[in-house]
Amino acid sequence: MAITLDRVARSFLLAELVSGMALTLRYFFKPKATLRYPYEKAPLSPRFKGEHALRRYPNGEERCIACKLCEAICPALAITIEAEPREDGSRRTTRYDIDMTKCIYCGMCEEACPVDAIVEGPNLEFATETREELIYNKERLLDNGDRWEAVLAKRLELDAPYR
Amino acid sequence: MEGFLATPVGILALTVAQAMALLVPLLIMVAYLTWAERKVLAAMQLRRGPNVVGPFGLLQPFADALKMLMKETIIPAGASRVLFILAPMITFMLAMLAWAVIPVNDGWAIADINVGILYLFAISSLGVYGIIIAGWASNSKYAFLGALRSAAQMVSYEVSMGFVIVTVLMCVGSLNLTDIVRAQADMWFIIPLFPMFVIMFISALAETNRAPFDLPEGESELVAGFFVEYSSMSFALFFLGEYANMILMSALITILFLGGWYPPLDVAPLNWIPGPMWFVFKICFCLFVFIWVRATFPRYRYDQLMRLGWKVFLPFSLAWLVITAAALKLFGWLPA
Repeated sequence: MAITLDRVARSFLLAELVSGMALTLRYFFKPKATLRYPYEKAPLSPRFKGEHALRRYPNGEERCIACKLCEAICPALAITIEAEPREDGSRRTTRYDIDMTKCIYCGMCEEACPVDAIVEGPNLEFATETREELIYNKERLLDNGDRWEAVLAKRLELDAPYR
Repeated sequence: MEGFLATPVGILALTVAQAMALLVPLLIMVAYLTWAERKVLAAMQLRRGPNVVGPFGLLQPFADALKMLMKETIIPAGASRVLFILAPMITFMLAMLAWAVIPVNDGWAIADINVGILYLFAISSLGVYGIIIAGWASNSKYAFLGALRSAAQMVSYEVSMGFVIVTVLMCVGSLNLTDIVRAQADMWFIIPLFPMFVIMFISALAETNRAPFDLPEGESELVAGFFVEYSSMSFALFFLGEYANMILMSALITILFLGGWYPPLDVAPLNWIPGPMWFVFKICFCLFVFIWVRATFPRYRYDQLMRLGWKVFLPFSLAWLVITAAALKLFGWLPA
């Protein structure tokens, strides 16, 4: 009897509705979870797979030796490489294209690379207005490498203990 | 000047000016209600809401309005063209029409008629026509189902709302809205009639098709409900009509229970604030609760909605009506 009365009283006094509304009111005053994106950014892991870059050795020589392992492993067939020996006899690429619209950002290319030449950097803001701009050639990738080298080296160093 | 205002042209000009003085702030309030709703909902969900267009996103309603105006009005091939165009106009017009009798301050009603509350009740009942015509004229199953739900829901909740209004009228002894507010000079009706206030508020939610009773536009079942086929300004009119109705219902609750333009206590700092300000504060508070409820509760199932209306609210409000009548008679509190 007392239990029934309790239940009836609770339902008529809208106890649960009021406690629900108290909860939402508490949340109303809580700090917001949203980031003001272009002004605030979330932290990125050193393993974040963003825009690709081709790195160079400190002396300026490009690392890529045209072994084509990245081209072979790429599940999306986004990488195209052509290669022939350079005048000094070393094997280098003459063409290194990545179709960024095909790329699935799986990171297999950087895993496959024996000389840490192709890497995925931290940059994720490389949207363009045309599709053509997203088909990267060797020049563009090397330029990326030069621009991001300090960050890329730091990321590789941070991730090295776990490999 | 005095002479001019007595001529028919003068009376017309004065009425138009009065209507503009009421409707322009009302429409601005409607615009900012959409903004406030997005902000409050966002805050309760730990988001920020619109904050890009202007400071704190304050220009967002105007950006939205501009976008709406630029869009194309699409009339579906199978639609009944005249009714399709007419329906949003009816909805919007009725939402504006009701404001003629609302007393914003003592003697500040455009039409201070003796049956003000009946007029309000009639206008809000007519609101269902806009929706049902829209649903039928769209020639779409979702719109039609939404309109049917809406009609059934509004009719059901109007019954208990009627009893609530009758209870208040018994305590006042007048159908005039200004008299109803004046009767609350000493004590707002929310104190003696609190259960009726709760019923009135929940019925107002159902009457304006607001969450948790927003079945007519239940997104998950009916896409958008009765206005699926609408676009551009015809959609905007429905949208504005719905929000104007929310403000109207808040005004009605303010008049019936929250003491209209009276301050909570007739003491020094509170009675310095002019009456219309209090009226707007109270409306804003009601609107905040409308949005707060939307942020809190999930949508009712259709049978639950009908059960609540007919099996809980109707007997409860009827019983409370009888109790109030008995109390008024027993203690001799009946108004002269």
